Amino acid sequence: MSRAVLKQRKLEATSERLAGNDIPKGAAWANDIRQDALQRLLSMGLPQGRDEYWRWTSPSDLTAAQPKSCEPFVDDEEAVFASIDAINITFVDGVFDQAQSDDRGATGLEIGRLQDALSADIHWVKENFSVLEKRAQDAVERPLGVYNTAFATDGLVIKVVDKVEKPVNITYIHNDATSDVVLRHIIKIEEGASFTLLETGASGARSNLAIEVDIAEGAAFNHIRTQGRDHERTALSHIFASIAKESTFKSFTLTANGQLTRNESFLDVNGDDAVAHIAGACLGDGDFHHDDTVFITHDAVNCESRQVYKKVLRNGAKGIFQGKILVKDGAQKTDGYQISQGLLLDDDSQFLAKPELEIYADDVACSHGSTVGAIDEQALFYLRSRGVSKEDATDLLTLSFLAEAIEEIEDEQISNCILERLEMWLSKRKGA
Amino acid sequence: MLEIKNLHAELEEEGKKILKGVNLKVGAGEVHAIMGPNGSGKSTTSYVLSGRDGYEVTEGEALLEGENILDMEPEERAAAGVFLAFQYPVEIPGVGNMTFLRTAVNAQRKARGEDELSAGDFLKEVRAKAKSLQIDADMLKRPVNVGFSGGEKKRNEILQMAMLEPKLCILDETDSGLDVDAMKLVSEGVNALRDENRSFVVITHYQRLLDHIKPDFVHIMYNGQIVKSGGPELALEVENNGYSDLIAEVEAG
Repeated sequence: MSRAVLKQRKLEATSERLAGNDIPKGAAWANDIRQDALQRLLSMGLPQGRDEYWRWTSPSDLTAAQPKSCEPFVDDEEAVFASIDAINITFVDGVFDQAQSDDRGATGLEIGRLQDALSADIHWVKENFSVLEKRAQDAVERPLGVYNTAFATDGLVIKVVDKVEKPVNITYIHNDATSDVVLRHIIKIEEGASFTLLETGASGARSNLAIEVDIAEGAAFNHIRTQGRDHERTALSHIFASIAKESTFKSFTLTANGQLTRNESFLDVNGDDAVAHIAGACLGDGDFHHDDTVFITHDAVNCESRQVYKKVLRNGAKGIFQGKILVKDGAQKTDGYQISQGLLLDDDSQFLAKPELEIYADDVACSHGSTVGAIDEQALFYLRSRGVSKEDATDLLTLSFLAEAIEEIEDEQISNCILERLEMWLSKRKGA
Repeated sequence: MLEIKNLHAELEEEGKKILKGVNLKVGAGEVHAIMGPNGSGKSTTSYVLSGRDGYEVTEGEALLEGENILDMEPEERAAAGVFLAFQYPVEIPGVGNMTFLRTAVNAQRKARGEDELSAGDFLKEVRAKAKSLQIDADMLKRPVNVGFSGGEKKRNEILQMAMLEPKLCILDETDSGLDVDAMKLVSEGVNALRDENRSFVVITHYQRLLDHIKPDFVHIMYNGQIVKSGGPELALEVENNGYSDLIAEVEAG
């Protein structure tokens, strides 16, 4: 079958699939942006398994008309970030829940709801909504990000004008076995300001979450996310970031469990002396499928980017990493680092990695490494010879393996929350 | 304390015979040194006793206080009182030395049916013992052996030994990679642990370690067997004449 025919079929399928989907109502300008997204999606087509970046992760559960039913997971655990003094916001099955949220008023920070912003005739979000999502499409098509622009029904719009110490801590609760969630957060961090976003949980039976974050000159964005034990969920997330001169972007995700999780990140480093770090640690068991797809564009001088991804897999779990660094012509003195590693605890598990470098500047330092291996027998023996059981020794070496990713979290208190949670999850799966 | 009887072992994968009938009796409170040329089976003896994978025992037994330890898992042997100080201690990034020590101490206590040590008691004990080995707070906090110098690694082994209070300590070429001062420090650490209820097997190439850790008995290992045993004077003989005379003597029968 020729490419043209395949593409034609893809577009027909997309058009059929989207026929019943209505764009949420809003102000005229918002409607224009949504319509534009819908048209882009119709000419792009929803992803299929033969698309280059979907070869290892089947998109069918993400694109199907109905989500796979997923019984809510009864979580007996304390919230991961409970000990952090934060502005707490809760979404239940993709809908903002006032009763379980703190007062949104805070100094240096303006927090609103997406649908309120998109219904207002005049709003700062008008200048931001879909801008970074669209920019990301230049590199590789991200149709489900476009889908999010067209159909997102709720989310936060956050404007940060100062250095804000208190993080915003979003908890997503999943109660409905068939909830199909499309959430969009739009964040604008103004010059010299700084902001930390914490996220916990699975937002629904199926979720499509996108974050657009615009980081202005000298500003900083910190993001720490945990995706917990709601195993049957189908989850997709996108981060679209613009990283300006002397600004900093840092993101870390801890994932445990999940039949299908795909986290995509598109970091556009476009101002000199900027820093972009993104990291992930995951713990996969059984019918676990976890995909990190990262694309970093360097289009400025003397910038640094780091990607650190570590996946521990067992009982047939599957981990995917697709990471690309694109250094544009003129982006001299770029320092790009990428590492992706899989630790396979048995012969049934699988780690697939595709590191890519595309470099057009001639004075850069870019390194990448990808490894996959088993537990170091020598280290295991060392621990066991000190009386530590094989199981506990394996857990210690698992923590050791994940450490490089966790060390990417700067805030010690938050890093401890992550470590404690990881240890808890490890001890819970003992003997399983 | 320890009785090794006619121990035969080979490398699992290659089927290569390394130990060809080792016999050794170590009484409680005694220090035995095993010397011998490269490839004679000294380190293999230490690995087989501590339960490292990759070796198959084809014959014989090793009794610790009358109980054969060769069928036990490495952690069970540790709980029974076996401790191996590694020639090359392993680096474990991301796991704090203190966390590691505490996990090990409590795992052994649990295996022996004792209560776990409280955080406070543990800390008190580890600090006191670390101090005498000149291990500072920073070394305790750092990941296990990562970025440690050769001397620091060996001191860290002795600290583990001091914390775990084993019955049988096997030191595998603990002197390798140590300068004179470090060797002295390590030896003092070991000597401080000498006790009428604790035995030592010290594996070494050189007499110099035995100047610091004075053995009660010295054994010469060659070609997978202990071919000669004697007192400390045997180590001096090796130091002066090398192994060749001894070996020639053995081979002549």
